[in-house]
Amino acid sequence: MDDLIADFLTETNESIADLDVALVKLERTPDDQATLSLIFRLVHTIKGTCGFLGLPRLEKVAHAAENVLGKVRDGVLTATPDTVTLVLTALDRIKAIVGGLAASGSEPSGDDSGLVEALNAAAAGQAPPKPAAPAVQAVPEPEEEPPAPAEEVAPPVPAPTPAQAAPGAPQGEPVATNQTIRVTVDVLEDLMTLVSELVLTRNQLLQLARTQENNGFTVPLQRLSHITSDLQEGVMKTRMQPIGNAWNKLPRLVRDLSREMDKKIELTMLGADTELDRQVLELIKDPLTHMVRNSGDHGLESPAERRSAGKPETGHITLNAYHEGGHIIIEISDDGRGLPLDKIRAKILKQGLTTEAELAGMSETQLQRFIFRAGFSTATVVTAVSGRGVGMDVVKTNIEKIGGTIDLKSVPGAGTTFTIKIPLTLAIVSALIVEAGGERFAIPQISVVELVRAQKEAGHGHNEAGSETVIERINDTPVLRLRDRLLPLVNLNDLLALGESRNDDTGAYIVVAQVGANSLGIIVDRVFDTEEIVVKPVAPILRHVTMFSGNTILGDGSVIMILDPNGIARGTGIGAGGDSKAMSSSAMDGLRSTDRTAMLLFRAGSEQKLAVPLGLVARLEDIPRDKIEISCGAPVTQYRGRLMPLVALSDHLDSEKPRQSVLVFSDGDRSMGLMVDEIVDVVEDRLNIELSGARPGLLGSAVIAGFATDVIDTGYWLTQASHDWFHGAARSADHEQSRRVLVVEDSDFFRQLVTPILGAAGYRVTAAPSAAEALRLREAGAVFDAIVSDIAMPDMDGLDFARAVRAGGSWARLPMIALSARADPADIEAGRDAGFTDYVAKFQREALIASLHQCLAEPVAA
Amino acid sequence: MTSDVLERPDAAADEEERVFVTLTVADQLCGVPVLAVRDILGEHAITRIPLAPAEIAGSLNLRGRIVTAIDLRQRLHLPPAPADQARMSVVAEQGGELYALLVDQVSEVMSLKASAFERNPPTLPPAWAQFSTGIYRLEGRLLVVLDVGRLLALNETA
Repeated sequence: MDDLIADFLTETNESIADLDVALVKLERTPDDQATLSLIFRLVHTIKGTCGFLGLPRLEKVAHAAENVLGKVRDGVLTATPDTVTLVLTALDRIKAIVGGLAASGSEPSGDDSGLVEALNAAAAGQAPPKPAAPAVQAVPEPEEEPPAPAEEVAPPVPAPTPAQAAPGAPQGEPVATNQTIRVTVDVLEDLMTLVSELVLTRNQLLQLARTQENNGFTVPLQRLSHITSDLQEGVMKTRMQPIGNAWNKLPRLVRDLSREMDKKIELTMLGADTELDRQVLELIKDPLTHMVRNSGDHGLESPAERRSAGKPETGHITLNAYHEGGHIIIEISDDGRGLPLDKIRAKILKQGLTTEAELAGMSETQLQRFIFRAGFSTATVVTAVSGRGVGMDVVKTNIEKIGGTIDLKSVPGAGTTFTIKIPLTLAIVSALIVEAGGERFAIPQISVVELVRAQKEAGHGHNEAGSETVIERINDTPVLRLRDRLLPLVNLNDLLALGESRNDDTGAYIVVAQVGANSLGIIVDRVFDTEEIVVKPVAPILRHVTMFSGNTILGDGSVIMILDPNGIARGTGIGAGGDSKAMSSSAMDGLRSTDRTAMLLFRAGSEQKLAVPLGLVARLEDIPRDKIEISCGAPVTQYRGRLMPLVALSDHLDSEKPRQSVLVFSDGDRSMGLMVDEIVDVVEDRLNIELSGARPGLLGSAVIAGFATDVIDTGYWLTQASHDWFHGAARSADHEQSRRVLVVEDSDFFRQLVTPILGAAGYRVTAAPSAAEALRLREAGAVFDAIVSDIAMPDMDGLDFARAVRAGGSWARLPMIALSARADPADIEAGRDAGFTDYVAKFQREALIASLHQCLAEPVAA
Repeated sequence: MTSDVLERPDAAADEEERVFVTLTVADQLCGVPVLAVRDILGEHAITRIPLAPAEIAGSLNLRGRIVTAIDLRQRLHLPPAPADQARMSVVAEQGGELYALLVDQVSEVMSLKASAFERNPPTLPPAWAQFSTGIYRLEGRLLVVLDVGRLLALNETA
């Protein structure tokens, strides 16, 4: 007896109960179409299901009954009491058969031909047979040779007779129909929420009790605590489903795949009964499907290839699930060709994700992890099945969303294994409570590796060779030597803008967190206990703060935010060193990690996509159209208590939509909005702009995400909003009016960007397209107050340029600011060595201006 | 007859009373429709939320539910309250989420006649006008009716 039949029985018993009620109702109101449809549908479902399950007897009866009902529904027959009685008889028969099925696990034998005939006769429009049981005499035509009276039909009822007796029936393998009830998911969710609250309250009570020793509450409290734990476990169980439920579509998928690809694939599924929370189950369904498809499509070779490689023709994909310490591990492995490292390398270089030198130094594992990057697909041919490069990064994101991790191991020629580790449940997690800036935060225990106590400042910048661990700094970036590795640190105070640390202690605690394949140290002031917390989502207005994954209530009743280590890593650009964490498609990464730039794609006026560097856009807004007003003949809207001018990017904007998408650009407290039709996407790509002055407002076009895309000239549009956009700022920065800045930048695009930004800040800007050009200016006797230079430039790079400047001449003592897409600690150090005063990441407009301001305020004596 | 029919609702509307919870923020008397109010809280421990918009004062625990506290003074572009001042909050629900509006003082519940109601004067500064549905003339004082929905719709205006 399998689960399917058990499910069928549960379902059918419910349907039959409904049918009883509905049929009786129909008898009273024969014209009620809604009831008729309901009855028809219920009978139809029973028929359909038992046909599918191979229950011929049941099917025949249901089919005959359905025919009659169909005629009634179509108005050919009227639902006379006789007809209804006949259908009820059929229903009784179905009940009996179902009862037998429940008792023995198989359809009881018996003859239904009489009943079926009677039904068929009724369906054919012959007078309904006169049933014997309920003696309601029919009004219409009197009976002519009733083909099969009900009594006659009744006897063949199977041996274990009625349904009620079924569970006790000893023969066969009884199905436990009565032991299953169906409960809506909502009820379970509510129950879970209540239990979660109970756990919180329990924790609260325990905390209170801890402060008061030897009171009468201790013992009952202990008992309450145990019961709560048991209850929590029990309710958790109700939400558990075997992972096989997420797998049941896979055999079919693999079969189709093998036909389509002409490969022989065998799918083995182990541990299908491993249970996990249904919420988690839903979330991993799609990623799993995707990965199995990938294995079949890319991983496994064609039979011919396999033969020549000396492997059996049939490729194997194995799914394995098991529990391990509060987590579920799912492995998806294939015995195919393994990940093609050469192709990955070539692709990495082609996409400019890293340099050849760095590539050479990477381990195989590091290389393999590149497949988790957005837009990365090594399949040379895009098949209908996979290879569009939108796969593994999405899988990774989805798994991380539920607090899981994914890793892979691949041996060329022998296959690939993906390992997914996910928490058992999302509802209750264990978390470490820490304090920073006087506020407490929770860090999910799953990502905490260890705690380190360290001295805050190294004495005079060198590590005293003692046992004491000391936080060291590169420029202003804190790092920690931890067992011969350098651990990047973030200060929670700074990160969350909490203000000064209230901890006068010279020591600090460092929470070492695992984020993907990277470690990250989070500096906190204090560390408290671990506590079980119930993750509650943050209010919608706070969703944009990516540092938090939720909030909760602690044992002492206070609300506390839950930190998301993934969000922290993304927010700080940690993990940009070329391994897995940097592979998230987050826009933040684009600002720092590589030469790639996060671009915002949108449409305005036509289908043609337009782009603007995301870093320049302050916000994206969706303004209700009725909030757009006209002032002085130009559209404006009220934005944060002020009027913000709006400029339409095109004359052909779609003005039908109820809401208007607006890109907001801000400078100080001035804002302007650029009205566009639709925000399409944010992509991270290398910018290679072909300049063209063909149209005002466009810088030129670039190939972004495979399509030629026009990049808009922000400077142009800012002046469209208010002609004095740049002048106003210049006035406000009067004292800097006379400062002259040389910008050395090979990329036309960035030069175009930086020049107006600095101009807006009140500097007089001269731009040079190369270091050589800049040095020529020096020979020509040009005078500047500061130099802003790119690092990566052809011929002479920024570092050489800095050395050349420092080597002598009139500029030797000028402050120099390096502007680079790379702001790794190592790069910063190299920049310092070459003679740069400061190092600013590209697109960090405010940082650049602040740095310039600072450099000019206190001229360096380099 | 027609005039009768037309007049009667007007007269009724004039007499119709609406009930408000009155509160003060920076000495201005304001009112919130009583049906929009879920709870009134005295001073309550509020957890700061780093990186949140300025209007959000933090979150608080209301009988096991997490409530986002919005500083009404910030929302109305008023100067911040003195640090030592005890503040009360009015809890309202929006989209299944609870929000607490931090105000200086919650006073009484008042029934107000529709005849005393007026639209916002056109000169009301936009910061107030966008959150006010109108003004009630009370004896010696004016009461600004706050639109809770709009006060809580931070995503649109912020």
